[in-house]
Amino acid sequence: MSPLSRREFVAAGVAAGAGLVVGFYLPHGGGAKKDFSPNAYLRITPDNKITIVAARSEMGQGVRTALPMILAEELEADWKQMNIEQAGASSLYGDQTTGGSASVRTTWDPMRKAGAAAREMLITAAALTWGVPRSTCAATQGTVVHGASKRQLSYGELAAKASTLPIPSDVPLKQSKDYKIVGQRLARVDTPSKVKGEAVFGIDFRIPGMKYAVLSRCPTIGGKVAGFDDKESKKVAGVTYVGKISDGAVAVVADSVWGAMEGRRVLNVSWDDGPNKDLNNAAVTESLKQAAAKKGVSLYTAGNVSKATGRRITAEYQLPFMAHAPMEPGNCTANYSPNGCELWAPTQVPQDCRDSVAQAVGLDPDQVKVNVTLMGGGFGRRLEHDYAVEAALVSKAINAPVKVIWTREDDMRFSTYRPASLHQLSAVLDGAGWPVAFTHRIIAPSISEQKGQPVPGGVDPDLPDEAAFVYGLENVLIESVIAETPVPLGWMRSVYALQAGFASESFIDELAAAAGKDPLEYRLHMLGNDKDIQYFTTTWHTARMRGVLQLAADKAGWKNPLPAGRFRGIACFGCFSTYAAEVVEISMEKETPRVHRVVAAVDCGQVVNPAILEQQIPGGIVYALSNALRAKITIEKGRVVQGNFDDYAPLRMDETPVVEAYAVPSTEAPTGIGEPPVPPLAPALCNAIYAATKKRIRALPILS
Amino acid sequence: MADFTLRVNGNDKKLSVPPETPLLWVLRDTLELTGTKFGCGAGLCGACTVHVEGAPIRSCSTPVSQVAGKSVTTIEGLGANGLHVLQQAWIAEEVPQCGYCQTGQIMTAAALLAKTPNPSDEQITQAMNGNLCRCGTYERIRKAIHRAAAGGAR
Repeated sequence: MSPLSRREFVAAGVAAGAGLVVGFYLPHGGGAKKDFSPNAYLRITPDNKITIVAARSEMGQGVRTALPMILAEELEADWKQMNIEQAGASSLYGDQTTGGSASVRTTWDPMRKAGAAAREMLITAAALTWGVPRSTCAATQGTVVHGASKRQLSYGELAAKASTLPIPSDVPLKQSKDYKIVGQRLARVDTPSKVKGEAVFGIDFRIPGMKYAVLSRCPTIGGKVAGFDDKESKKVAGVTYVGKISDGAVAVVADSVWGAMEGRRVLNVSWDDGPNKDLNNAAVTESLKQAAAKKGVSLYTAGNVSKATGRRITAEYQLPFMAHAPMEPGNCTANYSPNGCELWAPTQVPQDCRDSVAQAVGLDPDQVKVNVTLMGGGFGRRLEHDYAVEAALVSKAINAPVKVIWTREDDMRFSTYRPASLHQLSAVLDGAGWPVAFTHRIIAPSISEQKGQPVPGGVDPDLPDEAAFVYGLENVLIESVIAETPVPLGWMRSVYALQAGFASESFIDELAAAAGKDPLEYRLHMLGNDKDIQYFTTTWHTARMRGVLQLAADKAGWKNPLPAGRFRGIACFGCFSTYAAEVVEISMEKETPRVHRVVAAVDCGQVVNPAILEQQIPGGIVYALSNALRAKITIEKGRVVQGNFDDYAPLRMDETPVVEAYAVPSTEAPTGIGEPPVPPLAPALCNAIYAATKKRIRALPILS
Repeated sequence: MADFTLRVNGNDKKLSVPPETPLLWVLRDTLELTGTKFGCGAGLCGACTVHVEGAPIRSCSTPVSQVAGKSVTTIEGLGANGLHVLQQAWIAEEVPQCGYCQTGQIMTAAALLAKTPNPSDEQITQAMNGNLCRCGTYERIRKAIHRAAAGGAR
């Protein structure tokens, strides 16, 4: 029995003739909400349709399928009945951010409880209708059945009656062994529309009378518009407006996207480059090195690393800025009037869009309506609200609905970037070569600090999810040092875990090599006996990390010899409460590694839909391999150098390895899978390169 | 501005647009066929792939004047009667994640199968290498093409 807190339900009542409505609260991120506010609704209508209004955004990760599955399981619904509706931004919804691999992790309990409560109410409604004891009725496949008489009523038929009943305060949740929907390979609900070209992404949304805008933004970071001459732009067919809409941007508006692009091409803007006009990559590296001299803040301390004695090994690792580069470039449609502004936004943060737009155009937040569209990838880029603010400002300037479209070059050059970082590692080995002390100093700018968000205790609030050290060593110090940079920063898939995991897991390989030991055996020894490691609010278990390491190694045939010319590397890392290990198999073609096979094992608790997991793991690995091989944003004269998929080249089919994905069977509560497959890839690959060449890669990207 | 006639998905369409307008924007903005996607504007990602006289082209880099009077097929017109065998295979293999690039992937694959009904892995890689997918669906794309080549069975 799991108690169903009364305050998690606001109301069950008849909603506009719609039958049974249950509101429930879906939390995001840490921290209890003092005030209860529902952010999603279960609706069962007399036509026997079950609809969930979800406040999470679909960007390819499958939430529109996975979240209804969780609720449908407890509801004993017929999966064919389930529909999901996308919620727009609302203050009723709690935090609607989609990110941090959190959608399933944070909605698991509320979704189950909402489904269970509704199920119990439907059973009661049936028992009352038939005048039979409640205990003789059971819910199955979207109906309630009376065992003795074989009478049955569908949920749709029971909805009106159920809506008059009190919400139960204590309902039983199902045992995982009884699951019929959770754990099944159910087809994603969004697939057919996506292969037919019918799915409406942000860029596809249209309203009558809509104009199109592209913006000319100052190419120098932090620079401003000094002046502009629109004479040539206004000669372009279809251009209807050219105007400065913010300190840093001039908008060109036209009847067509092409007209707006052509208008911008011939627009003459003079820029005030501002304070960063001499910024380059050398200065970025220098600022990280200077910051390294500062005292750090401990993220995790065990024992006392300074007291350990033995053979000391040290190394430095470095990573560059990276860009998310989702396939759908930034865009947003806005329709402003003095009384309100409506947006159609491909966004991970509808509420940020609402609040930022309200401020930018001088409205109250409740005068801004945000509709969330499908997204052509997110990867964290759409945790920003810049495109929404631009669209609203342009719509206000021209007094008409408008879609702002970013080109690929805009996306590459005006993104928010994964922070560049420097890592100082040191370890002390005992006489047998085993580590007795391990120190990792993570030197990187803080995304939250740069955005003016709270950085409690001098720790970037992402690090508690992304820099755990899940080994049971006696003496450990993981430290954060915040560096400064004017380069705009953003949360990119796995955020700091990519940097922390690359440095830490590469260095452990160095230690194993220095000790002359097998890298798998070395890690298993470091994990030791089962031990709980408390890292901020997450309790990590070394046994679960051991489980994924062993599973990946077994499936990869770690103990078996490889064919001539093939080499292997291994790494493991935990982030967002999920454990992941990967074995990468390569050959070398001169200096270039060719990845043939990646075997990944994860422990993310109960798997809600294995088919989606088997999308997310290769997806994360291909993304991570792109990052590891070539992803680097460089700054010259204060400007981002890269512009398109030629100089920032993601992985294509010819470089894509075969990926085998395995999950440790588990009935633990589910954790995320969007980001955890990313961090182990680069170190496992670089460890394989070391096995092949005895050359240690200490800076990414590999092919720089 | 200039007048053009295109045969799009079997229907003649008369247009009046600047002749250098890329076919992509004519399809998306003028004809409201938004299944064809904008990804890079430079022929680097393949999201905008359509067929002109049966051959795959990058509509983002093809001026409409070059295709005047020609027959254009987009994702909306690929399956003459219901779903094309590749679209069925894409569903069976659960290829899409975000799905944004997939219409371009399918159009490239359709052109491949039209010329090479039973492609090898190497021929698939060669044909599909110009199409980017940031969700990393490449191996399922490969499987779906093999499935379609086998007539939907596998």
